[in-house]
Amino acid sequence: MVMLRYAVYRFFTMLLTLLVVSVLIFIIINLPPGDYLSNQITELQASGQSAGVAKAEFLRQEYALDRPLWEQYLIWMGFWSGPNGFDGLIQGNYGWSFEFDRPVAEIVGDSLWLTAVVNLAAILFVYAVALPLGVLAAAKSRTWIDYTSAFVGYLGLATPNFLLALILFYYGHQYFNLPIGGLMDPIFEGQPMSWDKMKSILLHLIVPTFVIGTSGASAMMQRLRANMLDELGKPYVETAVAKGMAPSRMLTKYPLRIAFNPFVADIGNLLPSMVSGSVLVSVVLGLQTIGPTLLTALKTQDQFLSAFILMFVALLTLIGTMISDILLVMLDPRIRYEGREA
Amino acid sequence: MTKRSDGRYVDDAPFDPDAALQQVERADLDAPNWVLVWRKFKTHKLGLISGVFLLLCYLMLPFAGFIAPYGPNERNGEHLYAPPQSIHWFHDGEFIGPHVYPIVAEADLETFQWTFTPDLEDPRKIKFFCEGTEYKLAGLIASDTHLFCPPEGATLFLWGSDRLGRDVFSRILYGAQLSLTVGLIGISVSFFLGILFGSIAGYFGGRIDWVINRVIEILRSLPELPLWLALSAAVPSNWSPVAVFFIISIILGILDWPGLARSVRAKFLSLREEEYVRAAEMMGASSGRVIRKHLLPNFMSHLIASATLSIPAMILGETALSFLGLGLRAPAVSWGVMLNDAQNLASIEIYPWTAIPMLPIIVIVLAFNFLGDGLRDSLDPYQQ
Repeated sequence: MVMLRYAVYRFFTMLLTLLVVSVLIFIIINLPPGDYLSNQITELQASGQSAGVAKAEFLRQEYALDRPLWEQYLIWMGFWSGPNGFDGLIQGNYGWSFEFDRPVAEIVGDSLWLTAVVNLAAILFVYAVALPLGVLAAAKSRTWIDYTSAFVGYLGLATPNFLLALILFYYGHQYFNLPIGGLMDPIFEGQPMSWDKMKSILLHLIVPTFVIGTSGASAMMQRLRANMLDELGKPYVETAVAKGMAPSRMLTKYPLRIAFNPFVADIGNLLPSMVSGSVLVSVVLGLQTIGPTLLTALKTQDQFLSAFILMFVALLTLIGTMISDILLVMLDPRIRYEGREA
Repeated sequence: MTKRSDGRYVDDAPFDPDAALQQVERADLDAPNWVLVWRKFKTHKLGLISGVFLLLCYLMLPFAGFIAPYGPNERNGEHLYAPPQSIHWFHDGEFIGPHVYPIVAEADLETFQWTFTPDLEDPRKIKFFCEGTEYKLAGLIASDTHLFCPPEGATLFLWGSDRLGRDVFSRILYGAQLSLTVGLIGISVSFFLGILFGSIAGYFGGRIDWVINRVIEILRSLPELPLWLALSAAVPSNWSPVAVFFIISIILGILDWPGLARSVRAKFLSLREEEYVRAAEMMGASSGRVIRKHLLPNFMSHLIASATLSIPAMILGETALSFLGLGLRAPAVSWGVMLNDAQNLASIEIYPWTAIPMLPIIVIVLAFNFLGDGLRDSLDPYQQ
């Protein structure tokens, strides 16, 4: 019951955070002077096309771009009655993309869940790699295993994501015949989900997952190793060894459990950097996630599109952090339910 | 030393029986803090080497123009995508000093690539301390003397040339000027904000603390890169490269401070209750003075170590932004701008040398990491 109450509390704080974030995003999006339509209008006026100007003026009114900024925000969120009544994000209307001349929902469509899939895969990869390697590096500290994993980890931290992407892509294709570019074979695009489509997506996911996950995995590995080393020096470990417990059983039964907590708590740090990485890698590798769309939207000042994508990305990380917080409370009874107070 | 008549040697200096008592038990207990830190840091070999290396790199920055044989945007229309040239010492088995063989470009009409063939009969000696393109030493003193220049009638592309026939080696040196300073400016901004907000939150506590803490949590839970992108997309495109450079570094710093503020706050919360703080307050010191004189020096060293560890993130951030075309722009030269050219698979496969700027990035980032680790380990000299 207490658990449930905490989950509900956490959910509401997340919603509040999201609200603050939406204000922040709206401000950032509106930082550049003018908007897409007013830029278009000046352009049209310069070339003397009055017909286009009328259309753009109409659109400006239609999307309430001629109102003060705070009203625009409320209308965009759906808290305020705009030209079409209450019709904003919370009513499920994601806005209109001027650049593509289509509703935002239509443009992002598939790429929303593909983004989620890519990030989920990357997180699973981080755990799958960091957990065994971190434990191994701690258990065999100061041996070649430790040094090799530390070296690879440092390299993973230092190599810019996008370069790793390009290089792995090239060699992956050359030596392992991994597919190049995109998240699925072009024939599957726009098709309903099928077994073959799934297989194609999985095959295309290998390189991106590896690239996005590497830096996160190396950071997490180092942290786990340090935690494990702290625990390994404690008397209870010595007791277990003295009792004649098998080393592998001893490791997993006691120190690993304690060292595991920060591991879960770390999702909050891991997720934002993961999502950042996936945006960058998607642009380089041409994945059909929202990364490339975000880039074009930002460059062309297509405000509703970029604001929505930023909101989605923020939502993704906030949900992930919330889940990790709840998991942490379930995992560790020592953590108080009232949230962290210093 | 005198030799006595009985053959023994005796020291002339007067013997003080109390000397042993007056000496501090261990000389190092009396040493100032920085000596202790330095002593411990010296044992951290990797950190030491990284530190020296970084110092050399930063010292080199003002002299980039002197070391580079070409100007940053000097085009060589006849040598587009020229492969790296090596410096030879022996010609026909005879030592004639450092020289290169001139390369001639030929268009391969089947693959539409340039092929370069060196003329092995014609060694050209590299000139030293010679005149070349004009540059400004440290951005102030105009000069045209270079450490070494390409010989007459030949080129000297140590690391090849790029799409427009510009020397990759020279551009890397010039690029270092921006790429390496971005991190420093960014970290100063983040340092300032982090200490300001962290100390306010930690020292005053209560409602201010709550607000600042929520802001920190929100900023930390957001993915950095999309926000960086959004902020730098807001930079007007008609600004000068220098202005763009400063604003980009400030953007990098603005989103970095929450992590620092958090650790500052945690330290303040624990130190606030110490007796000496209470004493200072009793004596009527203002809160600003208590923060600056009594609290900050306590963990300044710790902050410096963590700052060293977050510079690499900024360098990588600048690279990523410029790479995506939202950071520094064309006439400016940075490593990210250079890598922008190597964005596609074709350049990795056919012109791998255009991706060389990634090597300095990796090395610098690694060096900062090692230096930061070393500093962190050695800044607490009393702890074993």
